[in-house]
Amino acid sequence: MDRFIFLTFDGLSRGAVYAAFALSLVLIWRAARIVNFAQGAMAVATAYAGYSVATATGSYWLGFAVALVGGLLLGAGVERVVMRFVDHSSPLNGVVVALGLVLVIQAVLGMIYGNEFRPAGAPFSRDAFVVGGVALLSRFDLWVFAAVIAVVALLVLLFTRTAVGLRMRAAAFAPDVSRLLGVNVGGMLTLGWALAAAVGSLAGMLVIPTELGLHPNAMDIVFVSAFTAAVVGGLDSAIGAVVGGVIVGLLLSYVSGYLGATVAPIAVLVLLLVVLLGRPGGLFGSVKARAA
Amino acid sequence: MRHIAKLAVVALLLTTAACTSDDGGGSSGGGSGNTPGVTDTEILIGTHMPLTGPAAAGYSKIAPASKAYFDYVNANGGVHGRKINYKVMDDTYNPATTQQVVRELVLQDKVFAIFNGLGTPTHTGVLDFLKTNRVPDLFVSSGSRSWDQPQKYPGTFGFNPDYTVEGKILGTYVKTTWAGKKTCFLGQDDDFGRDSLIGFEKGLGAPVAAKQTYVTSNPNVGPQIGAFKAAGCEVVMLGTIPGFTALSLGTAAKIGYKPQFVVSNVGADPTTLTRTLGAAAPALLEGVVADNYLPLNTDDGNPWIQLFKKVNAEHNGNAEFDNLIVYGMSGAYLLVQALQAAGKDLTREGIIEAVQKNGFTGGPGLAPLRYSKDDHSGYGGMRLTKITGGKAAYFGPTYETDEKDGPVQEYAQQPATPPANGIPAAS
Amino acid sequence: MTDLRERAPAKVPTEKGKNALSLYRHLALMLLGAVVILALSYALPPFRNYQLATVGAYLCVTAGLTVLTGLNGQLSLGHGALMAVGAYTLAMTQNKLAGQGQWTLLVAVLAAIVVTTAVGAVVGLAAARLRGPYLAGLTLAVAVVVPAIASTFDTTFNSDQGLSVSVDPPPLALGYDFPYERWQAWLAWAGALVTLLFLANLVRSRFGRNLTAVRDDEAAARLAGINVARTQVMAFVVSAACAGLGGALIAVLSQSVSPGAFPLTLSLFLLMAIVIGGLGSLAGALWGAVLLVVLPATTHSLTDSFDVSAAVAQRLEGNLPLAIFGVVLIVVMLAFPGGIASLKKFLPNAKKLLPKRKA
Repeated sequence: MDRFIFLTFDGLSRGAVYAAFALSLVLIWRAARIVNFAQGAMAVATAYAGYSVATATGSYWLGFAVALVGGLLLGAGVERVVMRFVDHSSPLNGVVVALGLVLVIQAVLGMIYGNEFRPAGAPFSRDAFVVGGVALLSRFDLWVFAAVIAVVALLVLLFTRTAVGLRMRAAAFAPDVSRLLGVNVGGMLTLGWALAAAVGSLAGMLVIPTELGLHPNAMDIVFVSAFTAAVVGGLDSAIGAVVGGVIVGLLLSYVSGYLGATVAPIAVLVLLLVVLLGRPGGLFGSVKARAA
Repeated sequence: MRHIAKLAVVALLLTTAACTSDDGGGSSGGGSGNTPGVTDTEILIGTHMPLTGPAAAGYSKIAPASKAYFDYVNANGGVHGRKINYKVMDDTYNPATTQQVVRELVLQDKVFAIFNGLGTPTHTGVLDFLKTNRVPDLFVSSGSRSWDQPQKYPGTFGFNPDYTVEGKILGTYVKTTWAGKKTCFLGQDDDFGRDSLIGFEKGLGAPVAAKQTYVTSNPNVGPQIGAFKAAGCEVVMLGTIPGFTALSLGTAAKIGYKPQFVVSNVGADPTTLTRTLGAAAPALLEGVVADNYLPLNTDDGNPWIQLFKKVNAEHNGNAEFDNLIVYGMSGAYLLVQALQAAGKDLTREGIIEAVQKNGFTGGPGLAPLRYSKDDHSGYGGMRLTKITGGKAAYFGPTYETDEKDGPVQEYAQQPATPPANGIPAAS
Repeated sequence: MTDLRERAPAKVPTEKGKNALSLYRHLALMLLGAVVILALSYALPPFRNYQLATVGAYLCVTAGLTVLTGLNGQLSLGHGALMAVGAYTLAMTQNKLAGQGQWTLLVAVLAAIVVTTAVGAVVGLAAARLRGPYLAGLTLAVAVVVPAIASTFDTTFNSDQGLSVSVDPPPLALGYDFPYERWQAWLAWAGALVTLLFLANLVRSRFGRNLTAVRDDEAAARLAGINVARTQVMAFVVSAACAGLGGALIAVLSQSVSPGAFPLTLSLFLLMAIVIGGLGSLAGALWGAVLLVVLPATTHSLTDSFDVSAAVAQRLEGNLPLAIFGVVLIVVMLAFPGGIASLKKFLPNAKKLLPKRKA
């Protein structure tokens, strides 16, 4: 039983970081109807900037702010300079451009910082509280939970309670109609990219200290897990991203703990099959199955 | 925007066309005699290494360090009057890319030999190709036992002590030092982890109390370390790469678990670990036992370290001096020894014979090199290290053993000092 | 994401006579292609021959993926894994039979195709219910499962280190010193040309028209009496068979298989290749396969020629080719959204050398 409790809390703290990154994927999907494969690389780039500032000034929180603002700017920049000019007759064009961006960003980071790991400190202690001999959560885990809950709340507010949020959704779903109705579609797209990238940067700052350290490829594996989480939860739903993240985190922890780490990717595939065959639009999705 | 992009594409196509038209001319085709890659003034050597991608961390500094040492040798007259030209190809640790780049090196660039190709899965794939083309495959950078198959791959030689040898030495130390303690093992789920465990259990003389594995695609060892804690393991051996050593130490600290860690030299370099662990490193690393077979980067009094630091400053852009640089330069030193021994009439058969004759005693390594006609493995032993205050230091004697059931015994010979000019003499 | 509706509508159905004509035309083109490859294999030095062979192997996969993604509108991020299925099947069959003559290779290749087709059918059955990013997510999970399977069943697949493949040297009838790389090019292109011929005819058939009809408008296709789900599964099956053949050929070329050779990046690169090449046409698949081999090699040798100090070289090594590769992808995509196949307008002479656009 101790083992089960330990694995559950281990999975929850992993799941929370997947959820954080999955939220940024949900945001960009809602704002631009695109799965941004460059989201991970962009988050790493801003994390490097954040940690550079943190090291130079000695203030983690200044670096943290720089990473988030950097995310806003990078997201807006990528949309304005590159994505805007992508031909959207095939949605794959955007995917290929995003993959190109991944290569460029990782290469430039490698040139500036080298392809070695660099330390990524955490703002709170990572030592877990031990209750009855079982390690539960650390202060840092609690900080991750708080950040994820805050982001979800803000996203729900933004999309359901504010005019800007409604305009963003309208611009993404029906750009032509929105334009006729006076919505600044281009501006909304830029805003969507900026916000999504900022949430991605936040996720990066939450994930990287729990893994191997800063590295140009630091978010590659996180991207795969978080994308899985977003798909499981349903790409249209912020709540779905959180639920998906927690499910993936728990599954990886239980399977690694009881069956062995090697089996984990197979379990993830089975999870996707089970969820998507039952609900082709994810657990919280509204998309109907392609009639079959 | 689109017009600019179009212009750029056309310009790029033109440049590429211009650049590829002189293809096949390559760096050095025939040359003197009929030994590929050897002219009167140059020897062309190739390698494959991960320079980019997730596996590059911990490896990308090796090849530049080797190159720096070759440049140092070249600046001092070269080997038998020939300069060494070291061509490094990035394979991102992807075996399919290794296939491409090694073929390019051998068929297109016509290298004399492949030196220090890195990685077990990557290099395994090109063994047959190198054999068919009779390319010397010197000092492979991995501790797999696959390189020691003289009957099947007569041109392939290892460099690192193999993982089983290391496991045996560490296991023997654990058995004698912490007799009766509950001992457990965490290893990478491949030949590294498996061979390491085999050796470790041989050394212990008993199976470990609990064993766990990890995969590099899942950077969370919480469940594994948690299992050790629950099982009450007192000594934990890590057959892990540096990132996962750091992760394991960090995870153990996180859950308030403090066993004695024993770490394979693959993942025990304090400089690399500190890079990942940051400020917490000295506390987490305190007391960790590991092993090595080359001079340690922090041992400023060691003449080899002084030599390598000088080369690093002069020819390597003064890169941060860690054990990867020591590794890269030690390998390069051994290659120069082999080239010196092969003589002025350099042939592919000649260098293989020279390596098999062995006798490379003057190098930086602490343990003996085992090359012979029937043995193509590299270093045959290790010396234990302990980390205190964030720095590793050697203690006790150097041990040697084989990968089978031979005894673990002391190797008494003292390490050599480098020649005055830092270049092995011609024999 | 896979909604490719904006593409040109399917062509008006052709008559029977035209079909027969186009079969002859395809046969003629294939023969022409064979002659060109034969000539190239004699003209090129060994390493270029090896690259040529690799292009052939990749072409099988990109051509199949073009049918699935370009013509049927289904996205797959998992074709690297399907190649792995083909490669491992070939390795295991060939190692069982090795030493009994050249015919074993044909048996092993056929086995690879059969097994991959079966796996493709299973994935396709699930895929037919999904669309857009959900299909991407499922196939992505398929792509990353390869190393896990190789390690979980390591007694069969030997984990990360993989298996070596024993391949016979070229037949003695070709002479003692027949270059091995030329033989490899012949093998790979035999597979590629057969694949192209098969797909070119398939695309022209009723099934081909169903593919594009389903892509363009599922509801309309259903009204026209097309079984949408079956068409989608069949598209997956056909494309998996091609991927299996491509994977088998890669295994023959490299004489080894290991999970690291079929990473997620391979699947992503395959997708990039067909989009950059020109989505939906077999000519685009050809360009894509060429790019997969030539672009990384060219950027490397391009950057190799720069002469810089040791400190700068350390930073640029490996990274600069990667950056150039990425920039090329982005710039080509922005300048020519139709891919390289759409460049034909600018290079009128190239048109004669290439198979005609099929879709």
